[in-house]
Amino acid sequence: MGWIADTVDSVKSIQLRQALIQIVNLGLIVSSALMIWKGLMCITGSESPVVVVLSGSMEPGFKRGDILFLHMSKDPIRTGEIVVFNIDGRDIPIVHRVIKVHERQDTGEAYILTKGDNNDMDDRVLYNHGQNWLQNHHIMGRAVGFLPYVGWVTIMMTEKPVLKYILIGALGLLVITSKD
Amino acid sequence: MHSFGFRANALLTFSVTILALLCAIASLSDNLNSPSPSAQVQVLNINWFQKQPNGNDEVSMTLNISADLQSLFTWNTKQVFVFLAAEYETPKNSLNQISLWDGIIPSKEHARFSIHTSNKYRLIDQGSNFRGKEFNLTLHWHVMPKTGKMFADKIVIPGYRLPKEYR
Repeated sequence: MGWIADTVDSVKSIQLRQALIQIVNLGLIVSSALMIWKGLMCITGSESPVVVVLSGSMEPGFKRGDILFLHMSKDPIRTGEIVVFNIDGRDIPIVHRVIKVHERQDTGEAYILTKGDNNDMDDRVLYNHGQNWLQNHHIMGRAVGFLPYVGWVTIMMTEKPVLKYILIGALGLLVITSKD
Repeated sequence: MHSFGFRANALLTFSVTILALLCAIASLSDNLNSPSPSAQVQVLNINWFQKQPNGNDEVSMTLNISADLQSLFTWNTKQVFVFLAAEYETPKNSLNQISLWDGIIPSKEHARFSIHTSNKYRLIDQGSNFRGKEFNLTLHWHVMPKTGKMFADKIVIPGYRLPKEYR
């Protein structure tokens, strides 16, 4: 009767091996996604290499749900460029166009004023009280490329977190149960 | 191997790849276009020119801007953002760039224009350097694609000078 035990053992070992392979696969997907993100951060020199447009203040150029690719180079900021900036004490970065630049002779520090293409007023109303200019440390990057609509996925996920869990759960299930 | 899930996955992957490829090709095709835009700008009048109570000079002027930017448009162009900036140097600042007027050109038909306007944004110096100041007017444009890389260029028109006295 030894061959029955042998068969059971071999079946068991196959399943264990397959489960391990699936787990390794899952880890591979997660780590490669992380590698791509961190790699992009390295190449572009920006904390967040890709941002999603959340408001209509830059219409008709950028609509809600469009994706912007950022780049943070050493080149000084000039008027007309679309920059992403973060006001001190606020979480959500803003994507607007530079309309005025004053660059200091001695330090190279720039004083920057921005405005949304679709807004009537410049951004002094958005800045902190008494703040007239943005300076270099407020700037997170400048927009260099553009991809329409793709950002809707993330907007939907942040607004309806249930969707996120369903998607992650389904993907996880798919990876674990699929057989090569 | 040939389950519904696998086929759906393969189809989705394939279509996303093709879409990404098409977007990349559309963006790259912009490089084939070699535009030849032209622009003229005249300062018709200095409306007023004064020192603000806080010590900064401010000037208001009437401009005539005419340009032909039709050659910038390709099949991948969503819009062209065009603006006129005053650029000058002061002892304190190595560069001052102040946008005076801007506009969005939605299509090729509107890309040849001539407008008569006073400055839309206030031309204020950081300090009091405007009397007799020589400055450039630069017409910049930023081409926004339907997808892909944005690019920009400019025409510098030098040789403007502000009056020697406030008025």
